[in-house]
Amino acid sequence: MKKYTFSEKKDTRSGFGAGLLELGKTNPNVVALCADLTGSLKMDAFQKAFPERFFQCGIAEANMMGIAAGMTIGGKIPFTGTFANFSTGRVYDQIRQSIAYSGKNVKICASHAGLTLGEDGATHQILEDIGLMKMLPGMVVINPCDYNQTKAATIAIAQHKGPVYLRFGRPSWPVFIPENMPFEIGKAIVLSEGADVSIFATGHLVWKAIQAGEQLAEMGISAEIINIHTIKPLDEKAVIQSVSKTGCVVTAEEHQLNGGLGDSICQLLSRHLPTPVEMVGVNDSFGESGTPEALLVKYGLDSKNIVEAVTRVMQRKKALV
Amino acid sequence: MTTDQLQKITTQVRRDIVRMVHAHQSGHPGGSLGCADFVTTLYFNVMHHQPSPFSMDGNEEDLFFLSNGHISPLWYSVLARSGYFPVSELATFRAINSRLQGHPTTHEGLPGVRMSSGSLGQGLSVAVGAALTKKLNGDKSIVYSLHGDGELQEGQNWEAIMFAAAKKVDNLIATVDHNNQQIDGTVQDVLSLGDLRAKWEAFGWDVLQMNGNNTEEIIQTLKKAKEHTGKGKPVVILMTTVMGYGVDFMMNSHKWHGVAPNDEQLKKALEQLPETLGDY
Repeated sequence: MKKYTFSEKKDTRSGFGAGLLELGKTNPNVVALCADLTGSLKMDAFQKAFPERFFQCGIAEANMMGIAAGMTIGGKIPFTGTFANFSTGRVYDQIRQSIAYSGKNVKICASHAGLTLGEDGATHQILEDIGLMKMLPGMVVINPCDYNQTKAATIAIAQHKGPVYLRFGRPSWPVFIPENMPFEIGKAIVLSEGADVSIFATGHLVWKAIQAGEQLAEMGISAEIINIHTIKPLDEKAVIQSVSKTGCVVTAEEHQLNGGLGDSICQLLSRHLPTPVEMVGVNDSFGESGTPEALLVKYGLDSKNIVEAVTRVMQRKKALV
Repeated sequence: MTTDQLQKITTQVRRDIVRMVHAHQSGHPGGSLGCADFVTTLYFNVMHHQPSPFSMDGNEEDLFFLSNGHISPLWYSVLARSGYFPVSELATFRAINSRLQGHPTTHEGLPGVRMSSGSLGQGLSVAVGAALTKKLNGDKSIVYSLHGDGELQEGQNWEAIMFAAAKKVDNLIATVDHNNQQIDGTVQDVLSLGDLRAKWEAFGWDVLQMNGNNTEEIIQTLKKAKEHTGKGKPVVILMTTVMGYGVDFMMNSHKWHGVAPNDEQLKKALEQLPETLGDY
């Protein structure tokens, strides 16, 4: 198991804010829209530096999505910012009709995704957004794992022509991806090579997967840990390559099991390489108020749950032989 | 272009509409016929636009967004007659493998269309966005949009109406087709809009009114609307029309909102709409 350490914790939303500011300096076509959550989305630096390219839309997300779609006509690259709940479910038809079906170059940037939003509770903790967005034809879906990766992803998506859903979060989280690591859409990152099981993780749970890998190593299990930051398009080659070697899979995500990363991996494997899979995620339930860590423990999204899933899936693999 | 010439084109457009909807027994003739004078005048007499080669960005061009996308037969006819694509393609409306989808879309690459529409209530936001980009680009062209009156029941419109006034989007001329008809009956019966003029004015728009079935009045009102742009307020034209205008038995009834004429009805309709530019 490759050793991962971190010297600081930072929120992924701040990575977005930093990336957006960088884009403001380098790409005059980048514009930003926000629905009364500028501070929460860390868009204030962009707003201050480029006031003429920042559009405060008020608490009116449907209109914001339509305006963003319209702004692409004439060459702008709009980045919309609000919570993940209001970036997806609330405006699904606006995204479907005016952005996805119309093929518009809009970047839907969504903070406070998942349980780790914490104390605000289930009204704001969307766990269905990856599913909603990945079902839309042509939509790219990205869920980076730390501050540095979120910043790099924010910069990278401006180069991609077409709609993108970029999902990030609120809590302070270990920063372990190298600062200058380039971000390639759709390219999985093997964080640690292993032989016994493939762990595919996205978002905040990548760090939990690393912690699980360390515990597994102590148990004599060699886990291959892969960071799937792009859920769509899925890096099918990387998945198949890893699973061909390990023969069993655990997926981990801060999302419903229905419609998430695990669901995408199961679809791929059932078609090309049927393999035992155990999935770590939220099982058909809403969240609740609590600290991020307490919620991850209660809903079974901790490193311990990944270790247990590995134990189960390895037994299933053994039973096949 | 003279009023007489515009009316001749409009008659052919109405003929196209009825034939298109009849051909595959599907589509929305009522609103299409009612707005024919307006959309034809806009494209042939008012807007500065370049049909070919079509540019999605439309920089330095006036833009038009059709929010009530179900009146696509009208728009397709006007686009084809303006030179965006061959008029022969009108025969494919609503058929399989056509670029002329039931509701307008960019997805099949039809020149002239910049946004999918038909899921009602979304077009004004899009038009506002396009107008903002024109401002950022220093492009002095105008953005036009058309909306149904029943469509204003969708809340997103009022978000956009509020935004456009608050942010002084004054390079935008929206038009509401006020025919007082929607699928389930009159707008008043289904969900009354109340005093529409007072509502737009209260939201901070510059409001004009016109008879949308009078070419001369359309020309004059659009001229006036353009003079009202650039003065800090978005402009809306409340346009009274008769649904089904130009075909006597389709007029003034919501029954022809989304119903195709049969062979006999087509014949009767075409007798009232003489061929002026040649059928497709």
